[in-house]
Amino acid sequence: MSENVVNLFQWLIFLGVAFTSIFTSLLVITRKNPIHSALCMVLTFLCVAVLYVLLRNPFIAIIQVIVYAGAIVMLIVFVLMLLDLEEELRSGLKLLYSKVIGGGLAVLFLFGILYAVIATPLTGKTGPYTPDDLTNNVRVIGEVLFTQYLFPFEIASILLVAAIVGAVVLSKKSR
Amino acid sequence: MVIPPVPPVLYLILSGTLFTIGVIGALTRRNAIIVFMSIEMMLNAVNLTFVTMSRFLQSMDGVLFAFFVMAVSAAEAAVGLAIFVLLYRSRETINVDEIHMLKW
Repeated sequence: MSENVVNLFQWLIFLGVAFTSIFTSLLVITRKNPIHSALCMVLTFLCVAVLYVLLRNPFIAIIQVIVYAGAIVMLIVFVLMLLDLEEELRSGLKLLYSKVIGGGLAVLFLFGILYAVIATPLTGKTGPYTPDDLTNNVRVIGEVLFTQYLFPFEIASILLVAAIVGAVVLSKKSR
Repeated sequence: MVIPPVPPVLYLILSGTLFTIGVIGALTRRNAIIVFMSIEMMLNAVNLTFVTMSRFLQSMDGVLFAFFVMAVSAAEAAVGLAIFVLLYRSRETINVDEIHMLKW
C-alpha cells in the first residue's frame, strides 16, 4: 500500500518535471531575447536536478544545481550583459530553409533514438552496488573517485586550471 | 492494484527528447551564445542518461562520468565565453553566419 503511494507520487513528479523541462527547453531555443533563454535554461537545469533526486542520486543533483544552474548560467548571463547584442536577424529565405532542414534532420534523429530505446529491451551487466549504496552515495562516490578514477580526476583538475588560465589570457585587454 | 515504478525507458526517452531539442537549437539559431546554451542542454541530457543507467544497472561508473562531464562543461563555459567576448570586441557581432574567418 505505502509502496503504491510512493510510486504514484514518483509518477506524478516525473510527469510534471518531464513536461516542464521539455517546455522550458523549447522556450530556450525559441525566445528572441537571449536573457530570457538563459533564465529558461535555469529552469530546465533545475528540472533535471529534480529528476536526479527522483533517481535517488542526491550528489549529482546538488552538483547540478551548483555547477550548471549556478556557475555556468551565471557566467552566460554575465557575458550576455557585457555584450550589447542586437536582435537576431529574422528569417530570410535562406535562414528559413536552414531551419526547416535542420529541424527535420533533428526530428529524424529523435526517431532514431526512440527506436533504439524502445525496440530492444535494456540489458547490461549489473554492477556490485546495492540500491542502498546508490542512495547514500556520497561516500561511495568518494571512494571510487579517489581509487579507481584517480587519474581522470587529476586530469580534470589540470583541465580546469588550464581553462581558467586560458579564459584570463583570452579576455585580457591586449596592449 | 499495484502501481509500477517509473521505468528507465521513460527517463531515456525524456533525455533523448531534451538532446534533440538541443540539436535543433544548435542547428537553427544564429546567436553564438544560444548555440552554446543548446550545447550545454545536450551535455545535460547525456548526463541524465548516464545517471539513469547507473541507477538501473547498479553501477557507480555512470555517476562518475556525469561528474567528469560537468567538470569539462564548466571548463568549456569559461573558455567559450571568453572567446565570445574576444570575438565581440574585434568583430562587434557574435552572429555565427558572419564569423567565417580564422584570421582577421
